[in-house]
Amino acid sequence: MPEAPLLQVTDLVKHFPQGGGVLAKPKAWVKAVSGVTFAIRRGESFGLVGESGCGKTTIGRMVLRLIEPTSGRIEFDGRDIWQLNRKDFGRLRRRMQIIFQDPYSSLDPRMTVEQIITEPLLAGRPPPRAERRRIAEELLGKVGLRGADLDKYPHEFSGGQRQRIGIARALCVRPELIVADEPVSALDVSIQAQVINLLQDLQREFGLSYVFISHDLSVVEHLCNRVAVMYLGSIVELASTGVFSRKPRHPYTEALLAAVPFPDPHRNAAPFAMEGDVPSPINPPPGCPFHPRCRYAFELCRVETPALIPAVDDHSVACWLNKGRGIE
Amino acid sequence: MSDCLLAIEDLSVSFGTPEGSARAVDRVSFALNRGETLGVVGESGCGKSVTSLSILGLIPSPPGATDSGRILFEGRNLLELKPEDLRRIRGRDISMIFQEPMTSLNPVLPIGRQVAEPLMVHRGLSNAQARAQTAEWLERVKIPAARRRLDDYPHQMSGGMRQRVMIAMAMVCRPKLLIADEPTTALDVTIQAQILSLMVGLKEETGMSLLLITHNLGVVAQMASRVVVMYAGQVVEEAPVAGLFDRPFHPYTQGLLRSMPRLGGRSAGQAQRLTEIPGIVPAITETLIGCKFTARCPHAFDRCREKAPDLFRIRQGQQARCWLKESPERRRADA
Repeated sequence: MPEAPLLQVTDLVKHFPQGGGVLAKPKAWVKAVSGVTFAIRRGESFGLVGESGCGKTTIGRMVLRLIEPTSGRIEFDGRDIWQLNRKDFGRLRRRMQIIFQDPYSSLDPRMTVEQIITEPLLAGRPPPRAERRRIAEELLGKVGLRGADLDKYPHEFSGGQRQRIGIARALCVRPELIVADEPVSALDVSIQAQVINLLQDLQREFGLSYVFISHDLSVVEHLCNRVAVMYLGSIVELASTGVFSRKPRHPYTEALLAAVPFPDPHRNAAPFAMEGDVPSPINPPPGCPFHPRCRYAFELCRVETPALIPAVDDHSVACWLNKGRGIE
Repeated sequence: MSDCLLAIEDLSVSFGTPEGSARAVDRVSFALNRGETLGVVGESGCGKSVTSLSILGLIPSPPGATDSGRILFEGRNLLELKPEDLRRIRGRDISMIFQEPMTSLNPVLPIGRQVAEPLMVHRGLSNAQARAQTAEWLERVKIPAARRRLDDYPHQMSGGMRQRVMIAMAMVCRPKLLIADEPTTALDVTIQAQILSLMVGLKEETGMSLLLITHNLGVVAQMASRVVVMYAGQVVEEAPVAGLFDRPFHPYTQGLLRSMPRLGGRSAGQAQRLTEIPGIVPAITETLIGCKFTARCPHAFDRCREKAPDLFRIRQGQQARCWLKESPERRRADA
């Protein structure tokens, strides 16, 4: 029997109200996430990729119980996190942490590095002050900063160093799962490589699982074992990383890959540009959400939404092409 | 008429800070030919944006000051022009598009008015004439139902559409030079591809030159014919695009190219480490005697710490600011 997943997300839906007020009914609903299912094994890096507004960040927030889902289940280590009471969830909450995109706004400018890193320890029964300082110092070493930095403030650090502080804070309570929401997007290329390497080293050392949310396909491919490609609130393709870039099955993944300007002047002169914008999630198109931009779209795509089903082993796709197997 | 449209010669720009004067651009020289696309790459704070803002006289002074150099546009030094003469060039012969299409458009003016403004100012067109040409341009930058959107405000459009409006505004007077400072950085990758192909099309159609400032090496590889690499305010390498990617000389350029994960590369899912450039960019207030990359360079030796290198000719069209040109035996094979 295969090992039970660390995180199991089932039929997750989130609709945000738009307009309306305290007493008035909302004018419309933004369908940010519409029925997403996936599982993450222990020690795995799972990538969620897609463009702005595809729902990837909303999923990350719901997994950490920061946003309440409209419907669906999120089980962490076999327990439905939205059914737990505050106290039980508090215990579970330590086992999952988050790293944010913007290393500037995610650190309190009035706290020292030591206070920032050890803040998660203050929940529950905090260890004594000296012990907290020792923990902070050890963590700083792990993320490549020096003990002398403990009493400094965030403004004294560069973007890459601040991201390291954010990572140390996430590691402080020894979590099993880290949701990393665009952790390297705000960083320069040379610093990005440093932080990616750090995340990989820490994963090996602490046996971490990552939900890695990013719009950057090459970073996700490098860092993750499996990738879910999202479009307008749904997963359209789910595959292991080696497969996903070499043999995409969903037309959206194909277009997304083709749009990345390749850092080699000898290869494809102009990136292939897919027409049109992402439709509004308020009134998503009927049928397959991608059909208005899809170059393969046919009758069925306009009326019926394809489900995410396995095309070949460990490679699922939500596409009507080739009887649901996507691009062959 | 000479081939050279824009020549920046020995440009230095510094800013007054509480810690003293900080040099953001340090003796930068490069030239751009007619019809050419030149890419300027580098990380935050390398001076690429300050260089491009200097061309149009957009550096606020104080705190900014041009310490030395010339910026020759069709042979005239832009730094010595009177403000009203520079205004005649700005938006007509040289225009610029910026990274953030939300903050660079005026939120309280309809987009039609904003795009028409250069036509009325520089070409003296009447309101109606300018409006007609504006509608044409909005169609050319592929804004759907362009005529009906003339009276829309920026907030009614998506990021990609706003960047199209910016491009239309920059293009209406058919400039000889378009400066694009990170034009696609704020956009999603499929929208980025649309904007890049739009820019390629407009460039072919009008024969303008393009100065493309970006940190994205993929964008440079696909768009530019020549590339200038900047680090800590200096040009550290200049080369034709193929030469730069095939045979980078400067350790910084090499490091940048190696530190990028590549789609479909061998690293995929293999948990391989990326080659990183250790350390961080020096603060511009720091005074460094030798080469500014020394502290992060795997090949650095005594000379690098003692004396700043000049730009050396590496081969036809390629230059690099590195002592390894004179002491090739110092290049470590394992780094």
